[in-house]
Amino acid sequence: MSVAKPLPHDAAKLHVTGTARYIDDIPVPADCLHLAFGLSTIAKGRITAMDLDAVRNSPGVVDVLTADDLPAENDVSPSIHDEPLLSDGSVHYLGQPLFLVAATSHRAARVAASKGDVTYDEEEALLTVEAALQANSRFEDGPRIYSKGDAAAAIDGAARMVEGSFDLGGQEHFYLESQAAMAMPQESGDVLVASSTQHPTEIQHKVADGLGVPMHSVRVETRRMGGGFGGKESQGNALAVSCAIVAVKTGRAAKMRYDRDDDMVITGKRHAFKISYRAGFDEEGHLQGVEFLHLVNCGWAQDLSLPVADRAMLHADNAYAIPAIRIESHRLKTNLQSFTAYRGFGGPQGMVGIERVMDHVAHDLGIDPVELRKRNYYDAPDNRVRADNTTPYGQEVIDFELHGMTDKLLDTSNYATRKAEIAEWNAKNDRLKRGIAFSPVKFGISFTLTHLNQAGALVHIYQDGSVHLNHGGTEMGQGLFQKVAQVAASRFGIGMHLVKITATDTAKVPNTSATAASSGADLNGMAVKVACDTLRDRMAAYLSEQHQCDAASVRFEGGNVHVGENVIPFEKAAAQCYQGRISLSATGFYKTPKLKWDRIKGEGRPFFYFSYGAAITEVVTDKLTGEYRILRTDILHDAGATLNPVLDIGQVEGAYVQGAGWLTTEELVWNDKGRLATHAPSTYKIPACSDRPDVFNVDLWDGKNREDTIYRSKAVGEPPFNLGISAWLALSDAVGAYGDAYPAINAPATSEEVWRSIRRVSDGV
Amino acid sequence: MTITFHLNGEEVTLPQVASTATLLDWLREERGLKGTKEGCNEGDCGACTVMVTDDGGSKSLNSCLLFLPQLNGKSVRTVEGAAGPDGELHPVQDAMIEHHGSQCGFCTPGFVMSMVAAHKNGATDHDDQLAGNLCRCTGYAPIIRAAEAVEEQPVPVWIENEGGDLPAPADAGAFSPRSGNELAKVYADNPDAVLVAGATDVALWVTKGLRQLDPVIFLDGCADLKEIEITDDRVRLGAMVDMNRMRDAVAPLHASYGEMIRRYASQPVRNAATVGGNIANGSPIGDNPPALIALGATLHLRKGDTRRELPIEDFFIAYGKQDREPGEFVEAVSFPRQTDVFRSYKISKRFDQDISAVCGCFNVIVENGAVTDARIAFGGMAATPKRAAHVEAALLGKAWDLASVKTAMGEFAKDFSPLTDMRASAEYRLQTAAALLERYYADVNGEEVSVLEISA
Ligand SMILES: Cc1cc2nc3c(=O)[nH]c(=O)nc-3n(C[C@H](O)[C@H](O)[C@H](O)COP(=O)(O)OP(=O)(O)OC[C@H]3O[C@@H](n4cnc5c(N)ncnc54)[C@H](O)[C@@H]3O)c2cc1C
Ligand code: FES
Ligand code: FES
Repeated sequence: MSVAKPLPHDAAKLHVTGTARYIDDIPVPADCLHLAFGLSTIAKGRITAMDLDAVRNSPGVVDVLTADDLPAENDVSPSIHDEPLLSDGSVHYLGQPLFLVAATSHRAARVAASKGDVTYDEEEALLTVEAALQANSRFEDGPRIYSKGDAAAAIDGAARMVEGSFDLGGQEHFYLESQAAMAMPQESGDVLVASSTQHPTEIQHKVADGLGVPMHSVRVETRRMGGGFGGKESQGNALAVSCAIVAVKTGRAAKMRYDRDDDMVITGKRHAFKISYRAGFDEEGHLQGVEFLHLVNCGWAQDLSLPVADRAMLHADNAYAIPAIRIESHRLKTNLQSFTAYRGFGGPQGMVGIERVMDHVAHDLGIDPVELRKRNYYDAPDNRVRADNTTPYGQEVIDFELHGMTDKLLDTSNYATRKAEIAEWNAKNDRLKRGIAFSPVKFGISFTLTHLNQAGALVHIYQDGSVHLNHGGTEMGQGLFQKVAQVAASRFGIGMHLVKITATDTAKVPNTSATAASSGADLNGMAVKVACDTLRDRMAAYLSEQHQCDAASVRFEGGNVHVGENVIPFEKAAAQCYQGRISLSATGFYKTPKLKWDRIKGEGRPFFYFSYGAAITEVVTDKLTGEYRILRTDILHDAGATLNPVLDIGQVEGAYVQGAGWLTTEELVWNDKGRLATHAPSTYKIPACSDRPDVFNVDLWDGKNREDTIYRSKAVGEPPFNLGISAWLALSDAVGAYGDAYPAINAPATSEEVWRSIRRVSDGV
Repeated sequence: MTITFHLNGEEVTLPQVASTATLLDWLREERGLKGTKEGCNEGDCGACTVMVTDDGGSKSLNSCLLFLPQLNGKSVRTVEGAAGPDGELHPVQDAMIEHHGSQCGFCTPGFVMSMVAAHKNGATDHDDQLAGNLCRCTGYAPIIRAAEAVEEQPVPVWIENEGGDLPAPADAGAFSPRSGNELAKVYADNPDAVLVAGATDVALWVTKGLRQLDPVIFLDGCADLKEIEITDDRVRLGAMVDMNRMRDAVAPLHASYGEMIRRYASQPVRNAATVGGNIANGSPIGDNPPALIALGATLHLRKGDTRRELPIEDFFIAYGKQDREPGEFVEAVSFPRQTDVFRSYKISKRFDQDISAVCGCFNVIVENGAVTDARIAFGGMAATPKRAAHVEAALLGKAWDLASVKTAMGEFAKDFSPLTDMRASAEYRLQTAAALLERYYADVNGEEVSVLEISA
């Protein structure tokens, strides 16, 4: 059976030979137009005049469009129609698209787009959550509040209390392939769009609205993305709609790809938070009550901010049973890029909040932070002691794996011995100090917008036995296509060579959800299984009738179909069924069961199950400069019964480094005019090769999903991102070694931030 | 101008190439070779990496920072040419598949080409070889496993033979001089021309600044400007010495300088960037100027047949203003051989491939326990690379001990009032600059001073 085999990525050979095709690699007709946006140069105000003569006269320019030239709706928002494709006269952030240039080359379009002469009536921009809160500039009418018990009373009645507040920065996706789309005009105003998107249906929908045509006039195809990480869930809309409009208007193919700097200036990023907390606990460190205040920087447009902020609240407990908790979340509207989906979708921000509390409590009590965490864990299903093992939103935790995982990781990483050695080393060193920290992950799996938890698949068997596989999920590197193909091959009992993985296509599988929320394999794997099983049943019925046996006894195994005493190669069986006039094409459909969620009340079961993980990171810091390095990381991650261990481990390794990057070197800086100063990889520093831990041990927990998921596997895309929190906590541990005060480190913990924290701790400044 | 080069083993002659057309754009848009990717178009991601071979051997280069005329007479391998003529994969490619080194695959062609070049050169310092290749998906671990797996494997013949029969360069004209003398002439006659050395700055004026440059003089053909001369009393580096050759030359004399260059940009950028360009651009955040100032270097300038020299610190007059006349160019830089008490510390958000927030270089001579000479210079602290005159004065003649060091640290505020920008705050710059003197003191006393020296 193919499932659970360590097969490489399906496109690995194409990747290494440079033949994997991305949007910008698709051969285009010679007269293809290339597009670029002219961008605003202020963060807030109104356009008083827009002189585009120099743009129009720039060499190679074929067309220049403003909002007035758009054929239908001027909107690319995935939520509440508040995101004009081209400015309607108002400017909401620096980098907002104002006009669209179509030219004969990418460079000609960029050159022309830089020549706009725009004058503004500038207004004061809101650039921080504090300023937005003060101005009551927000999405939704007021804060969302989820609570359980009386947190304030519990904190006030507790033996001890800590409180604090910290900044948690955003994060640029830095997918290596910047946003890109291409549109080919078809007859009667239809359009075929190729888009680097996690959400082809959304592209189809927005393109249809942008052209003023029904969705059936738009077909969207996505073979792969050069990275997505949530950044291609909604941020590709503007490019696809622009290409479609130009293609239909001019009758020529149109392509748009953002230059890297434009990409970073135009598109949304991970939401930045400011988190304040109060926590009450007893002398042994059992939490009694916790309060959180989340100030969420949503940027200028709503985009996906509400579910992101919700998910942050839903992860404010992480792995801990907290008797009383109150989470207040303000979704603030500022004049910055519209913060958007990013791996973890708010979950990491929520989790950082409670892990910060744990770190602070452990420091306050002077007890081992791992021990403290274990005392507050939810109960394991086979060892229920607590009367109440429900989350703050009332979901019973029935699959808690972290007790066993934690013990195993402490053991394999040699935590206790190393912790003692580190203390000894620190006692002998003044300038350099080491730190070590553990952090657990409990991550809820399912879209919190319940209706999105559905997926479709289309499977054909051709008469030669080869299988054509299609589903609504998109491939962004995570290996989804391979995993789903493994499911299909396993259902038919055939080799992987017979299964062809094809581009996601809105004409094959309609009404799909974004490939997001880690749901890709769960949803699409199941939908494909359903389709395959339908075909198996049809084949079995026909073949068993031909061979006079019971259909239920027909087995698909080892490349053959076993029908009674007959062993028929799958290829032959397919041919026989074809000749027997059996339909060899089927759709499959799946919707996640058991979900029930009220996001206003904050009550119900938003998640089908939880994925777990645990990490231990060791770092070293320098007092003089705040420089630091991650020395070693040990990870144990729960992927259920894995569909493919090597792909899953790859996800875990990559996610850890990305998560650690978020909390360490990746700093977004805007100047006081709202201009993103870190708009290129020269100034925005994602981890480089040598930033990964020197010693990097990653293992999968030998478990299986207690819920009935595809082959009992678990989602793996987002959960391990949160393992990076252990790096941030390890820095806090190291900084704590310079003195007695609590480090109270902010994120990202750049060298400068670590340096400041060390000074706080050692000199009290 | 006309150029001839080899592309994946095939000779290509291009008449009338635009002088600032990049190899990346040409490959993708003209030649239809789409394997080489654009991830940033500014030298920072490595998705566009190719292998270029010339007399000096094979090296990785960023094709987004390479103007076509720079290829004249050279040989280029792109990812399409990594595999053999019969489609047989390069061992690096096999290993990348086997060790799951690709996920989304967009960075992969660039990694493959960096690895092909490193493998050909027998380099096994993988983190350094790959510092210029960003991957957002894998966390790098599987890529390093792949790189390690092929260390012992032989270089395939088609790669081994690369550069064996370099094409004769087409006559590219006066704007591609073949010597310092030719350069002196054409530049004196065309003082408004833009000199292109490694193009790691100039290419960005084109790709990001969207400028058109005309005319352009390419210095790459001036073999004599690439010379390195090390005698008993001096080290002299021609302006066209690239950072990797420079590293090899200075590391044995001043290990700390070598370590600084190890962290300067990335392997492909170091393969292109020249010391002359790093000085001539006058950047206040260039890494070589403070180091060279601390070493007491002399800058050698030439205009036509007139040569002059000056202490390198005098070259930097103000932000954007250097002591260089129209038509005058940097010919070389030299510094005296000396006992090695030189240290440089590059402080940046990320260790590898990051511009310094502060680059502090120290050279304090101590005789009989007292400071007899001090040359301390910084990048990132002022509008130019600059000496810390007050700090030096505070040390001169004093006992070399922690007390003097602490006193001198108090002088930094007199020498520098740095800026706050996206790399660091003014406060951090000023305070860490001072702290680096303390580090220097510990360092020359043989203590562990850098987190890079610590392992798990
Ligand atoms: C990704 C990346 C990372 C980088 N990292 C670093 C870093 O860590 N540290 C650092 O210091 N720099 C860094 N840089 C900057 C850059 O590498 C240097 O400034 C480089 O040394 C410039 O040299 P070049 O040969 O490429 O110059 P070019 O780009 O060819 O020229 C630069 C300037 O100098 C002039 N010029 C060149 N040669 C001469 C000459 N002989 N005489 C007179 N004028 C001349 C040119 O006309 C131009 O004005 C980085 C650049 C990139 C793209
Ligand atoms: S495209 Fe990023 S380095 Fe060239
Ligand atoms: S595999 Fe996606 S960036 Fe490297």
